[in-house]
Amino acid sequence: MLTILFDGISTGMLLFVLACGLAVTLGLMNFVNLAHGAFAMVGGYVTVIAMQRFGVPFLATLPLAFLIAAAIGLVLERTLYVHLYGRSHLDQVMFSIGLVFMAMAGMDWFMGSSPQNVILPEALKGRFDFAGIGIGRYRLFLVVICGILAVALQLTLSKTRFGSRLRAAVDDQRVARGLGIRVQTIFAATFAVGSGLAGLGGALGAEILGLDPSFPVKYMVFFLIVVTVGGTSSIVGPFLAALMLGIADVGSKYYVPELGSFVIYAVMIAVLIVRPNGLFARPGR
Amino acid sequence: MTLALETRGLMKSFGGLIATNDVSLQLPKGARHALIGPNGAGKTTLINLLTGVLAPTSGEILLDGRDIGSLGVEQRVGLGLTRTFQINQLFPDLTAIETVALAVSERQGRGGDWWRRVGTKGPVLEEVIEVLDRFDLTDRMTEQTRYLPYGKQRLLEIAVALATKPRVLLLDEPAAGVPEGEREEILNAVADLPKDVTVVLIEHDMDLVFRFAESISVLVAGAVLTEGTVAEIKADPRVKAVYLGEGEV
Amino acid sequence: MTDITSSLPPVARAGRFLAGEARWSWLEIGFWVVAFGLAFFFRSNHLLFAEIAILALFAVSLDIILGYAGIVSLGHAAFFGLGAYTVGIMARSGWGDPLTGLAAAGVTAGILGFFTSFLVLRGSDLTRLMITLGVASLLHETANKLDWLTGGADGLQGMMVGPVLGRFSFDLYGTTAYVYALSVLFVVVLGLRILVHSPFGHALRAIRDNPLRARAIGIPVNRRLIAAYTLAAVIAGIAGALLAQTSGFASLDVLEFHRSADVMLVLVIGGSGRLYGGILGAIVFRFAQDAISTITPQYWQFWIGMGLVILVLAGRDRLETVGRKIVGRALPWIANKEAAR
Repeated sequence: MLTILFDGISTGMLLFVLACGLAVTLGLMNFVNLAHGAFAMVGGYVTVIAMQRFGVPFLATLPLAFLIAAAIGLVLERTLYVHLYGRSHLDQVMFSIGLVFMAMAGMDWFMGSSPQNVILPEALKGRFDFAGIGIGRYRLFLVVICGILAVALQLTLSKTRFGSRLRAAVDDQRVARGLGIRVQTIFAATFAVGSGLAGLGGALGAEILGLDPSFPVKYMVFFLIVVTVGGTSSIVGPFLAALMLGIADVGSKYYVPELGSFVIYAVMIAVLIVRPNGLFARPGR
Repeated sequence: MTLALETRGLMKSFGGLIATNDVSLQLPKGARHALIGPNGAGKTTLINLLTGVLAPTSGEILLDGRDIGSLGVEQRVGLGLTRTFQINQLFPDLTAIETVALAVSERQGRGGDWWRRVGTKGPVLEEVIEVLDRFDLTDRMTEQTRYLPYGKQRLLEIAVALATKPRVLLLDEPAAGVPEGEREEILNAVADLPKDVTVVLIEHDMDLVFRFAESISVLVAGAVLTEGTVAEIKADPRVKAVYLGEGEV
Repeated sequence: MTDITSSLPPVARAGRFLAGEARWSWLEIGFWVVAFGLAFFFRSNHLLFAEIAILALFAVSLDIILGYAGIVSLGHAAFFGLGAYTVGIMARSGWGDPLTGLAAAGVTAGILGFFTSFLVLRGSDLTRLMITLGVASLLHETANKLDWLTGGADGLQGMMVGPVLGRFSFDLYGTTAYVYALSVLFVVVLGLRILVHSPFGHALRAIRDNPLRARAIGIPVNRRLIAAYTLAAVIAGIAGALLAQTSGFASLDVLEFHRSADVMLVLVIGGSGRLYGGILGAIVFRFAQDAISTITPQYWQFWIGMGLVILVLAGRDRLETVGRKIVGRALPWIANKEAAR
């Protein structure tokens, strides 16, 4: 029971790292980016390729996954996304679906359609018992890493100058420009970091979520759930939503496997019916 | 005699902020009333309360003696309370004919008909043309609204509202943004509105108000500062103070 | 035209204008003549043509909610799939008559559409995306898990589809399938032609342009949207049913995300909010898919995706003008060549 709870928490935190970039682009910048999962997939494959072809140890591939996904995110933001900020949601949806299709077919072409395995280092394998709870070493590793990232992210957004500038830029671009804030640079950096975190999440999650070219579509709903259910007014909402989603997913698959993901979709729809702006949205908005 | 529009102790607060404070208006049928006040006096909130976009915190709104406080926007339109918008709110892809026909069809209870072409049943087109003619819009009635000059769009804005056959018509700054040359046409159209329609003019422009209105309410900080005839309001030192005070800012 | 009509009284002019908007154009008539004429030619392609007609019907149904009512849906496949499974399960249980099957599929999809429309009306664009996507995912998962009813991941086996109208059985070439699907498409377009020029159709356009003002002139916006969404669901259900009947098979594929995405793409290619946009888009999309698949069978999705990105970045309107210019230049050029000969 508590083991499942722990597994759920670790999955949830992983989902948070995967989706937090989307929380910023979709939630704060109001850009419907369905291609977010593609960056996660890139990160996952970076780890796989680095380990299998170049023999890089698992832990050393993680920064690589972040950097490469972030770099791709940065390039795409500067060249393509930037043209679509002010456009209709339909345009943004179509554009990002196009990117997803390209990423999926491209990855299929490079790597084949079969699922990839990540071989974890010995130190992260297996389970140990702590106060009667079976804890997977890798799960614990995930909780620690993702927890650190979540705290760092929250501090960056709320305490640093970059965070306040980002919020200003999102609130009102014109005013922000007038204050001398370089809106474009801020958006580009934010997008890159968000993509990088997705890439890191993809690398970390390859073991748990699986990795094949259909990844971006398979988990698209999950990322979107985190953001919409969590609400878009802060990073705490998505974090709690991700935790709930992780626990619900692991729990329902363990206790009622015959229902599959049914529970999650039903709960999401129910939440959005009751609170169209998300569970943790500020009231009155 | 019942009043066309009446509010009793209308209040609206957002959190701690009181946007509309105990507003009681009494407008007889056919009145030409103006609602004036400096920016931020709560004019927009009051319109939203009257038309049903916002729900009042307390107080009543009566149309022809009937409490309409719990009805939605379109239901109030159906009963005869229609507004125009300060910034044009039209349908850029529709022609003037189609725009006005929407309102006419809806009022005749045929708005949901999907099995017949617009205007093939009942006196729809006759009414559409009557309204367009009144505002001198028939010349360009087959052009999409987006291609009409601003002044014509302003007229269409009033025309489509009048096509709902309102008992009470709220005009929100009808001449806002209109270039000087086209202004006169709009002022005349406002002055020529049917006598049996009660018109409430929400306005900033005192010239227009003094020319058009018979009675005036002055709104300051969400509350009615004073009410009276044009002459009384003109002479009221408090009104001058409010407007002069704003002039200095 | 204005010279003759300007002497008429305005009421008659307005009447003429509205009638003119709804009149059949030669292009339209020609299109249907050619489409039905194709039943006698290219027999080996009839299955493909049938697929195009079905895709077109699906796209037209999406157009009602996207193009005419302005709701972005990521889960239109839910209704398509429900329609497909409805006739599939009926046909497996021994009710193989195609037309009553279509009606049943339309009804079930319509019921789902009616109830989900209340959810879709709430909230912002984003919430709508999520609700539509969620409903489709939910249905996909349901079909996947209820394998005693739907065959699960293996698909629905053993459908027995009877002859259309009791006379025309489905042949190997797909001629019956094509004429059947095209006829259904034709009937639906006939109905929608009337609808888009009706007060209801105009109200939908008004709502898309400016819902705030639509309410302010007395249009009951929510009621209109519920009706539109339900109607779109009915037609999508019929399209799904057509696919299941003509292919004799229904599988989870009919509920897959890519179906919702593809149909949006079809509509964007053809142009939304113009009735024939979905049909044009379906033709272009399916032929492009076919052409690309013969070159790179596995990776056509890549090129479709790229087309989509370019389409959005360049902007449909701009591409259209460029296309017109090319045609405009090419035609005199060809004419000159011909004259020189």
